[in-house]
Amino acid sequence: MKLTGAEIFIECLKREGVKTLFALPGGVVLKIFDTLHQQKDVEVILTRHEQGAGHMAEGYAKATGKAGVCLVTSGPGMTNVITALADAYMDSVPVVCFSGQVPTSLIGNDAFQEADNIGLSRPCTKYNFLVKDVNDLAGTIKEAFYIATTGRPGPVLVDIPKDVSMAKADFTYPNSVSIRGYNPTVEGNKWQIKQAAEAIMKAKKPILYVGGGVVFSGASQELIELAEMTQIPVDMTLMGLGAFPGEHPLSMGMLGMHGTYQANMAMHYSDLVIAIGARFDDRVTGKVSEFCPHAKVIHVDIDPTSIRKNIHVDIPIVGDCRTVLRELNQILRATVNGEQKDLRKPWWDQIRDWQQAHPLTYHQEKDGPIKPQQVVKRLYELTKDRDPIVATDVGQHQMWAAQYFKLAKPNRWLTSGGLGTMGFGFPAAMGAQAAFRDRLVLCIAGDGSIQMNMQEMATAVLSKLPVKIIILNNGFHGMVRQWQDLFYEGRYASSNLGTTPDFVKLAEAYGAVGLRVKKVGDLDAVLKEAIATDKPVIVDVPTYPYENCYPMIPAGGCNHEMILEDPPELKMKQSGGAKVTPEDKDTVLTA
Amino acid sequence: MEHIISVTVENKFGVLSRVAGLFSGRGFNIESLSVAPTLDPSMSQMTIVTSGDERIIEQIVKQLNKLIDVIKVVDLNETEFVSRETAIIKVHTKDVDRAEALRIVDIFRANVIDSTPTTYTIEVSGDPKKIEAIINLLQPLGIKELVRTGRVAVAREPVRQAAVQAKKIARE
Repeated sequence: MKLTGAEIFIECLKREGVKTLFALPGGVVLKIFDTLHQQKDVEVILTRHEQGAGHMAEGYAKATGKAGVCLVTSGPGMTNVITALADAYMDSVPVVCFSGQVPTSLIGNDAFQEADNIGLSRPCTKYNFLVKDVNDLAGTIKEAFYIATTGRPGPVLVDIPKDVSMAKADFTYPNSVSIRGYNPTVEGNKWQIKQAAEAIMKAKKPILYVGGGVVFSGASQELIELAEMTQIPVDMTLMGLGAFPGEHPLSMGMLGMHGTYQANMAMHYSDLVIAIGARFDDRVTGKVSEFCPHAKVIHVDIDPTSIRKNIHVDIPIVGDCRTVLRELNQILRATVNGEQKDLRKPWWDQIRDWQQAHPLTYHQEKDGPIKPQQVVKRLYELTKDRDPIVATDVGQHQMWAAQYFKLAKPNRWLTSGGLGTMGFGFPAAMGAQAAFRDRLVLCIAGDGSIQMNMQEMATAVLSKLPVKIIILNNGFHGMVRQWQDLFYEGRYASSNLGTTPDFVKLAEAYGAVGLRVKKVGDLDAVLKEAIATDKPVIVDVPTYPYENCYPMIPAGGCNHEMILEDPPELKMKQSGGAKVTPEDKDTVLTA
Repeated sequence: MEHIISVTVENKFGVLSRVAGLFSGRGFNIESLSVAPTLDPSMSQMTIVTSGDERIIEQIVKQLNKLIDVIKVVDLNETEFVSRETAIIKVHTKDVDRAEALRIVDIFRANVIDSTPTTYTIEVSGDPKKIEAIINLLQPLGIKELVRTGRVAVAREPVRQAAVQAKKIARE
């Protein structure tokens, strides 16, 4: 029996195990939507903007480890989803995006809502396809899922012209895929792994530097085994948070521009950096020429281009993190003995000193303005037993979330790292909630970034996705204001938002629940109420507007030269009137 | 340093733009690029002349390999190779210059492939230096048009291996 292109599309999704499709209709994809409407296997979540659909697919993918799928129309539908594709490309998120296209006979004629979808998406997808013949549709979709989810994952676009979705063909779904130009290396080179094991045995000051690759390859157990067996401290990148338990004694927390003091110091003074599934981003390396000056570098990554892109590597291992770590652990298990602990005692003494010298700190007065760190910390403490999924937008609140929300497991952290996309958090949280209806999904947002995809509240209400949004509302683009305070002599060019909507009323207008924390004493009660609510909730938390995020390594700075608190002149300026002094020890709570 | 990179790719639409987009998007140089189908019509062969330090060339090779439509990448500078470029030069020739033009063609073992009362169209191939040299000599006569193919290159067979193969063939 022959099926239409639209029916083939849905059959393929079913074969790939897709249960949820984030989508927004339009002229050229109507046939597909009409067919979706007549079946029950794939749930369609109707978003309010294609960017939201893309981020939801990302959130779904990050939380489940499977490909997230979205469907958009041609022209503006496609251009709107580009930001999400670029985000997924930077952060290696497996997303398969289907876009509608004008009929093949009209391609290139500047038809209504036509865009060069292939040309537009080429630099921000792992691969893209234009399907010109309905007979190729099933095979193409199979390849799209294969490419998106294997090797270094990434977004793949499949562009389906209107006539292809309407034409009929026999349906056969291929069992396997073979692409001669695409064979990701999974097994690491055995000799190199042996070299790495030897270097680990000899190192006096080793550090593990782990990123999102560990999360995607599901290598957390292997990583924990390696760290515990060898007693090596673990630095996590922003994308790697959750790969190693945040409260584990070996965890140094996040490293990089707003990383912890001990994480950055340990990196700088180490003699062996073991990078696993991380890519030496500039927010991690700081000044490349002075990055880890004393260290030998082992780099495990499935993407050969990540190796030696920014940093010289002594022992490169191309392969899947989990496969390589298993092999490495097997060698180390046979060789590790008590000696390493003695060898590294001075290193650990040094690290404990660093930890004690400059832990993450902030000062919350009992009756003073609410500090954003306090909100994140309480949210963490109140929810950690429920194993929540946490999404963030981009900015100060994101860094505080990364610092204070100590995730215990992988696939709980949804954040935009590489592209730094404001407006990512809320739709990503919804994507995760769609995958796990019963889990607690939190979205920590800023008052600036939440407004970038606020319209998706309608989707959350309609599709019953009870995401809890906590807005750290400081009236500013906070990170911009922080940079202006530190590097532009306090001139707040376009960082003061001036007017923000009443988020409580806004939530209510959408049919969601709005709550506000009026003073720090109410924080716990309001957060608890939000968590207990079975609907989408916005918790508006007006916070101290001039709080800055520390430690901070200025862009292009050196990792051991962190700014740890506001410079004196800034303190003077900001405390003019406000009673925020670190000396008030008895009223001060420390993280 | 200049490198010649030989890239075997899928012969389908959009592949050239993926390769070109990679170079422009990452700020790599392309000095010349030539592309044509191979013996197997499902594949094309690209010869890319580029430049950069060791780290950049390593990235170029790795990034090319990462493209899904790229089947094989060889940095020819790592081996011995031979390369050629063809130029077609249309020279304006007054009566007095016609003999001179032919002498130059002769010296460079070039060919006149078209001729009118006032022009010669000359085809020359060789390494870039040779092309430069003939252009320099023809310029005083008046070059009307000049097109160059960009370089194509192929690795030389290692001498010993070639000798062994020759023997084998002889024996068979």
